[in-house]
Amino acid sequence: MPAKPPSKTEPHRLAVRKTYKLFIGGAFPRSESGRSYPVTDRQGGFVTNAPQASRKDLRDAVVAARKASPGWSAATAYNRGQILYRIAEMLEGRRAQFAEEVALAEGLSAQAADRQVTESIDRWVWYAGWSDKIASVLGAANPVAGPYFNFSVPEPTGVVGIIAPQESSLLGLVSVLAPVVVSGNTAVVIASTLRPLPAATLAEALATSDLPGGVANILTGETAELAPWLASHQDIDGIDLTGSGELADNLEAAAAATVKRVVRPPAVEPDWRSTPDLLRLTHFLEIKTVWHPVGQ
Amino acid sequence: MTVQDYAPHGYGPDGYAPAPEARSVARLRSSYGMFVDGRFVTGGGAQMDSINPADETVLATVEVASAEDVDRAVRAARRAYDDVWGSMPGRERAKYLFRIARLIQERARELAVLESLDNGKPIREARDVDIPLAAAHFFYYAGWADKLDYAGLGPVPRPLGVAGQVIPWNFPLLMAAWKLAPALATGNTAVLKPAETTPLSALVLADIIAQADLPPGVVNIVNGGPEVGRLLVGHPGIDKVAFTGSTEVGKQIARDVAGTGKKLTLELGGKAANIVFDDAPAEQAVEGIVNGIFFNQGHVCCAGSRLLVQESVAEAILEALRRRMSTLRLGDPLDKNTDIGAINSAAQLQRITELTNFAETEGATRWSPPSCELPATGFWFVPTILTDVAPAHRVAREEIFGPVLSVLTFRTPDEAVAKANNTPYGLSAGIWTEKGSRILWMSQRLRAGVVWANTFNRFDPASPFGGYGESGYGREGGRHGLGAYLAS
Amino acid sequence: MTLTRSAVDAGATADITRDEVALRAFLRGLPGVDQVGADQRAAVLWSRSIKHESKARGLDAAVAMVDLTTLEGNDTPGKVRSLCAKAQRPDPTDPGCPSVAAVCLYPDLIAEAVRQLDGSQVAVASVATAFPSGRASLATRLADVREAVAAGAGEIDMVIDRGAFLAGRYGQVFEDIAAVRRECGAAHLKVILETGELVTYDNVARASWLALLAGADFIKTSTGKISPAATPPVAVTMLSVVRDFAAWTGSVRGVKVAGGIRSSKDALRYLVAVREVAGERWLSPALFRFGASGLLNDLLMQRMKLRTGAYAGPRYVTVD
Repeated sequence: MPAKPPSKTEPHRLAVRKTYKLFIGGAFPRSESGRSYPVTDRQGGFVTNAPQASRKDLRDAVVAARKASPGWSAATAYNRGQILYRIAEMLEGRRAQFAEEVALAEGLSAQAADRQVTESIDRWVWYAGWSDKIASVLGAANPVAGPYFNFSVPEPTGVVGIIAPQESSLLGLVSVLAPVVVSGNTAVVIASTLRPLPAATLAEALATSDLPGGVANILTGETAELAPWLASHQDIDGIDLTGSGELADNLEAAAAATVKRVVRPPAVEPDWRSTPDLLRLTHFLEIKTVWHPVGQ
Repeated sequence: MTVQDYAPHGYGPDGYAPAPEARSVARLRSSYGMFVDGRFVTGGGAQMDSINPADETVLATVEVASAEDVDRAVRAARRAYDDVWGSMPGRERAKYLFRIARLIQERARELAVLESLDNGKPIREARDVDIPLAAAHFFYYAGWADKLDYAGLGPVPRPLGVAGQVIPWNFPLLMAAWKLAPALATGNTAVLKPAETTPLSALVLADIIAQADLPPGVVNIVNGGPEVGRLLVGHPGIDKVAFTGSTEVGKQIARDVAGTGKKLTLELGGKAANIVFDDAPAEQAVEGIVNGIFFNQGHVCCAGSRLLVQESVAEAILEALRRRMSTLRLGDPLDKNTDIGAINSAAQLQRITELTNFAETEGATRWSPPSCELPATGFWFVPTILTDVAPAHRVAREEIFGPVLSVLTFRTPDEAVAKANNTPYGLSAGIWTEKGSRILWMSQRLRAGVVWANTFNRFDPASPFGGYGESGYGREGGRHGLGAYLAS
Repeated sequence: MTLTRSAVDAGATADITRDEVALRAFLRGLPGVDQVGADQRAAVLWSRSIKHESKARGLDAAVAMVDLTTLEGNDTPGKVRSLCAKAQRPDPTDPGCPSVAAVCLYPDLIAEAVRQLDGSQVAVASVATAFPSGRASLATRLADVREAVAAGAGEIDMVIDRGAFLAGRYGQVFEDIAAVRRECGAAHLKVILETGELVTYDNVARASWLALLAGADFIKTSTGKISPAATPPVAVTMLSVVRDFAAWTGSVRGVKVAGGIRSSKDALRYLVAVREVAGERWLSPALFRFGASGLLNDLLMQRMKLRTGAYAGPRYVTVD
């Protein structure tokens, strides 16, 4: 962040600038490549350097996400809901910080940025509440024609790669990440290239929330450089291509090699403020159907 | 070097040293008023004592609501519904309920100790079951508040208005949570009447509700006995009645509500069959039997109060059951090692005593563990099993609502079903067998709203609960629990 | 399979152990163990609150039940000597502290331990049978036992062949244990089931019954060399088996929990389980042991806290 100009009350105080980091396995490393890139505001003014993640960082993030997957999917839905609600508590505590970053990133007024932050927190709470309800809505006992008890339950698919929206730096990000983790999947997120800072700060909120390390991993850097590695990675089960723009078709083709579950980018940038549908929940849930005889 | 035969080391002649919870944690006040329109008020009316059933001392005095008090509460609820709550966006309602859930978690210990003092149940159960489940209910229903279009009740389900809710004394705070959470999540406001003998935890909940900044009038709490309940249920300003309690009173309410247009749900009594087959996981089945009838001193509507044990294993199971019952610890509810607490009231103790004595005159054989000593003061009943019980005996048909198990036998699955269903009740049932297909076959045939297989007395806010027949109608918990408070 | 008191008769066990077929039928006919129910029972027992005089007695009892153990590749006679000194007098500041039940060592260090503990109340236990894996010929495993007994071990901790057990060769596992039992002579035999490799509680129950039928004086959870080792529901399952075995045959056998028990709090909870699942009678070093090393110091620190009122620290207990 740029230094605040000295004021009458603080004429000589220099601010302590935050160093932005990646978020992998619950820790905050720099990129293993040592690279960073300048993040600017809408006028092109320097804001800060952000880590430029490499394919190796991405590889490490996938390893972390896979490692966290069994524990997170085995957690009770109640437990996951509690943790996600706690994340919302942490987000609420950082309102001012998020609002400043969103305003800078998206060139919004303080008021508009504040509204976006409010929406993001409420969006997160909305998703938290789905944790222990999605099974009741998607699951079913199926009336098969025979002496069998037959039921269908949704189960998380595993590790999901997410290309976050390029424009909506917080609300859009929250709207693609929360549905993935609330249902028991773990995530590797490539943040918006030009507007990565709210994602990095989101990581700090995640880290202080009881979310187990590796459940959500957040990388900043060049989407174009990282996305192909995400799409082709054999140990990822699903991919959300929302922020991939022109790369989307090629990425979808690459994902086909391991039959990943793909969420295609919307044709136009959605109004992230409207209440989502269940697509991002259902698309990364497998439906498992079980049969058992009924007899004495 | 040979092994020395050391003298056994024990823990002392009476077992474990006392490990009491600190009573001061409950922050008891000497008197409590009502909670109406967002404030604690006293109308200057009659007072009742809330006593500690473990030693018969007075815990506090509580104001009894008058007809005017009930009227004010209902009107406050109506105003809150019309002006604030009924039209509030679901996601805002959600966040109030999340706050309440978190506050219950924060004040969990205070609530647990208070509940144990007021009800007589062991602190371990209040701490590990009642309070966590109460918080979980608010947490669960909070998440539904802004998702009602997914409830399966049409695209825009609407709340009913003002709910009048009357709850029993066996799980005071938990029953308050079961009633308030879905009502509020769906946009209704409420007037709640706790049971006469256990008013205190609901009043602390009221304090929590105030701490959560819930808009005034959304929840109102009035105290008193059956008369106050009648006033509330009969008030013309109520759109919806929710009652958990005795079947007798439930039937009366159903009669009274007829023709008024008020929606009604009832959760009444039970005489559940806990069915143990010869291939049951024996050790866990015995635990399940014990849990089924002695958890909460048997003051559970869904208690497994009839053991139906397959004849071929009856003797072995009963022997194991007696041995297990001999390690049950009865005593001070605030002692963390207590398993069996006090009976909630003198009246309830009398009922249990009478029915159990009558069983002997009918020909049943009675057994209790000799090691169980009853304290000198307070209301206590030793865990008891009655064998040689026939289906025609009163103790096989009437709800005792105490730590008394009636034991019957069966030979085949069909016979188990027939005996289990041979009751006007239908709240719950238990099945103990390692055979999956039999679990499913039995559960399809048992007329009970809750079937537990290889477990018992498991509750979860996501799991619908309610009965068939005279055990009531409507479900609490789960997606299905929303239906009671919405119109499509 | 139901077990009634009317079958109290050692002869009853002869029927089921006459051949592999009968043995397998018996073991398969045992009531199943519901895992969730067993976990819940253990959880309630683990919620007991042991305070004041119960805690004081419990801590003393636990110390007296410890098999103080060192089973490392780099063990030496020097290590054995300091272990034995600690076993006899665990707390140099408190002569009232009981000595432990036994030391537990590899067979080639038994002679040194016997020398050190001559005249004391502390027994000498040896692991044997190609501990911990057990993967050696029967002849090798029996020779292992023979040498340990000859060196003076009063207790033998053997391992069962988990591969054979999981492959269903119950008869072979039975014969192995019976052969070791004969080789032990007067020494008492603990049979390590290695419950972490058996995984299911059904397997733990079956292996427990099998070992008892084959002559085990004690059934023991683990070698301590893999994880998970002793867990509360496993202990509860094994305690229920010794209880039922005693009710059925009249013969009272013991249980040893080993591996991963580090805190006094856990030790006290295991004693709660012994008392409430098996019975008061089993609260004795003759029938219950902790296989442990670090646990002893935690017990000593807890004893110190009860004596002094202040939390103790590691510098106030000795390394062994």
